[in-house]
Amino acid sequence: MRIDLSQLTISKAHELIQSQELPARELLAVYLDNIKKHDGDINAFLEVFDDAYEQAESVDKKVKDGQTVDLLAGIPVAIKDVILIEGKTCSAGSKILENFVAPYNATVIERLKRKGAVIIGRTNMDEFAMGSSTENSAYKITKNPYDTERVAGGSSGGSIAAVAGQECLVALGSETGGSVRQPASFCGVVGLKPTYGSVSRYGLMALASSLDQISPTGKTTEDVEIIFDAIAGVDPMDSTTVSPDVIHNSEFIIQNLKIGVPKEFFSLTGSNEGVSDSVVEGVKNSIELFKSLGAEIKEVSIPSLKYAMETYYIIMPAEASSNLARYDGVKYGFYKSGTGMMGDYMNTRGAGFGDEPRRRIILGTYMLSAGYYDAYYKRAVSTKNLIKKDFERVFKEVDVLLGPTTPTPAFKVGEKTDNPVEMYLSDIFTCPINLAGVPAISIPCGFDESGDKKLPLGVQLVAPWFGEKRLFQLGKQFEIANA
Amino acid sequence: MGELARINLGESEVEKLHKNIGGVLGLVSSLKGADISHAEGGEVTVKNVYRQDESPHEGGEFTERILNNAPSKKDGFVKVKKIL
Repeated sequence: MRIDLSQLTISKAHELIQSQELPARELLAVYLDNIKKHDGDINAFLEVFDDAYEQAESVDKKVKDGQTVDLLAGIPVAIKDVILIEGKTCSAGSKILENFVAPYNATVIERLKRKGAVIIGRTNMDEFAMGSSTENSAYKITKNPYDTERVAGGSSGGSIAAVAGQECLVALGSETGGSVRQPASFCGVVGLKPTYGSVSRYGLMALASSLDQISPTGKTTEDVEIIFDAIAGVDPMDSTTVSPDVIHNSEFIIQNLKIGVPKEFFSLTGSNEGVSDSVVEGVKNSIELFKSLGAEIKEVSIPSLKYAMETYYIIMPAEASSNLARYDGVKYGFYKSGTGMMGDYMNTRGAGFGDEPRRRIILGTYMLSAGYYDAYYKRAVSTKNLIKKDFERVFKEVDVLLGPTTPTPAFKVGEKTDNPVEMYLSDIFTCPINLAGVPAISIPCGFDESGDKKLPLGVQLVAPWFGEKRLFQLGKQFEIANA
Repeated sequence: MGELARINLGESEVEKLHKNIGGVLGLVSSLKGADISHAEGGEVTVKNVYRQDESPHEGGEFTERILNNAPSKKDGFVKVKKIL
């Protein structure tokens, strides 16, 4: 049977699998065929697993035996190569872990497998999740399925491009400063960064422990919601996971819902310097759409946002330098001998790490070193608290925030690689969210048609802590109205 | 810094890093002017998340799986150069 993958959702796929109209094995075959045909153009995958068929077949057997299987059973899921899958190589996009085999499953993988999801492969990423374009991978560059001369975004470019390129139905990425929302915006799919502490980080290779979150991506808000529900929840193996005070929205009423637009992100009336015209138009159209659904739009102010980039570029490299100290050629990974123990470390890390990890490790080491710790790291942590308090205050005035996800549509491969600071600025609307720990979703809101290829645009919604349900309900309403 | 971070940096790399890192430090320098006087305070409830030190797993249960990744090993240990 012919299926239009671009219209396929988890619910529809589940119906096909449960009714045996399209068994999981055959659904998988369609995706694997796509990967064979197209992945050479976009480079989303680092490896497709040879046991994928086995996983799909075990779902089909249960169905044939008359069992009702889970919504996620047989659904092809791709995983960013920074989340451990037992028995599989996990490289974090780096040469220093090229042959590392995961000795255990990340909690999120356990939860997906328990529901019968088919883990089809590991996706490309910026090395150690450091980057905004997937150009920093030690292996290959992931391209945007809409225009292969442009980046997919990063650091979870592979996962997002795989979804956008119909190479899997849903995927997991990870966020520290926007690494799922930004590529989702560039590639026209939905990406959610959950509340810090809602999804277990056990089995996620750490970049910045106070900011990291595993983040789901799919073509629709509902698909992202289904994955989030499957992976979220307290985990005794990750002591930073918390049981939330769930915001009960048993009946979601959009009328009089207050949507705040932070003026530091987006000016409703004035000019938006540094933001593309198409992005401005996309955000304004989204605002009009929510107004037409009955929401109230209000301009708000979050003054501490002006310190967000700086705070992020102190905390993240500092924590990264600490987290990456473990890659020393002793317990696992690439090893290069030197003079004595110190020489081993210097040579192993010197040869194993790419440019961006080196840059950020040195930066972080400097900021944490004696004499500089107070001026940089300690100060940044105080500012992070300020930002969090500012968000607390603004969520007393409004129910949700709205703004652009990225300042521009996808840029060209190589365009920003010579200027790290310019590359960092593409996260200007996403990284403050990670600092505050609140959840945020990027939803496709249109296209930039100024060039010869149409490029996706995304709009960002931000909810208070543990307010994911609010984001899902708004996202679904937006999709219906925007159809 | 290279030594502190345990990374061997090439000479030309040091120059490039000076420039790149200088750029980022410039970006973050505005933080010096931030008013953080209201940053502290607020209620913090601390709870103990440590598990009880009991019911250990069978000794050696995970050793092989973990040592499979070690570049150099001997007799169930990771092997390294002389430390002392």
